[in-house]
Amino acid sequence: MSAALALAAHTSQTTATLQRLAVIAIAVIAFALVFELVRRRALMERYALVWLLAAVVLLVLAIWRGLLTKLSGEVGIYTPTNALFAAGFVFVIVLLLHFSLVISRLSEQSKITAQRLALLDERVRSEETDESRSAGAVGKG
Amino acid sequence: MSRYLAIVPAHNEVEAIAATIAEIKAAAPEFDVLVIDDGSSDATAAAATTAGARVVSLPFNVGVGAAVQCGYIYASAHDYEVAVQVDGDGQHDPRDIPRLLAALNADPATHLVTGSRFIERGDGHRSTPLRRLGIALFARIVSLLTAQRVTDPTSGFRMTDRVGIELFARDYPTDYPEVEAIVLAHSYALHTHEVAVQMRARTTGRSKISTSLSFYYLVKVLLAVSVSALRSHPQPEPGPLSEAAP
Repeated sequence: MSAALALAAHTSQTTATLQRLAVIAIAVIAFALVFELVRRRALMERYALVWLLAAVVLLVLAIWRGLLTKLSGEVGIYTPTNALFAAGFVFVIVLLLHFSLVISRLSEQSKITAQRLALLDERVRSEETDESRSAGAVGKG
Repeated sequence: MSRYLAIVPAHNEVEAIAATIAEIKAAAPEFDVLVIDDGSSDATAAAATTAGARVVSLPFNVGVGAAVQCGYIYASAHDYEVAVQVDGDGQHDPRDIPRLLAALNADPATHLVTGSRFIERGDGHRSTPLRRLGIALFARIVSLLTAQRVTDPTSGFRMTDRVGIELFARDYPTDYPEVEAIVLAHSYALHTHEVAVQMRARTTGRSKISTSLSFYYLVKVLLAVSVSALRSHPQPEPGPLSEAAP
């Protein structure tokens, strides 16, 4: 009986260790991926920081055994996984709102840029036409 | 140089644009014609230039609101006193322009005149029943918000004076601008007026608002109008607006 219990405890401990290793691997890969994207100039530093921070948080939670349980206990959530899901969900929502703001600003900026460019283009072309006209008049005179 | 400008927003209207320009020149010769080519992929800009219009070509499609605003920025920069919007697709009849101008000049307090399809019963094109229902809804809301009788808030056939030009050059709604622009003008205390016109079925192209987009259009404009009503709008006291005011 006790042998069976010990075996079960051992198995679940092994599973937990494997899970932790997997989470650590995911966090490290995420960190490396974001870092590489910044290095290739595909991702700007200001937008990379938040992802690097998320990877670090994940890494700390995976390495520091009991931190998540302690934190979720502090805020009154019994299951640590629920606390993690809730935090992740809020994080993603806030990030999406942030991106919507960024997109709105970029749309406005690109609209203004397009308008200015088009008006300048018209001005340059009309001045060129005027110049060639006056040049023609001088030539005739 | 004329004091009057016709702003013609056009997106892929190569078949209709030359006729529209010719009609404006015939019906309202005192108006300069400025075509805003909103990132057309066809030869709209070339056709407009050949037809004798000035052309401002946007580098990509920015939507009718931003295109029209581009025209108002041009009108402001070149000191035009009156600007009229005429769609490039032939829906608006340029022969109504003198009547809009007369209405604008009739009352110095009026800064914006809209051509409305719904003041008089006529044979003109008045859109599909579903759209007319939506337009009627907007008309009620806008009439309530502005405390003025507005029958055709979705009409893009608009004429405005120096005050309206300066306002729209600085602030003009983007996606579906007509309804919002009326509310915007009112929130800056610009008096608006409507003149009965008849519109024609567009000669080419399709409405920017397909049936599937109608609901989105409705909700988007409702949101924009209610937000606009809650936004603080500095009254045109200091700055170029009051300098331009009569």
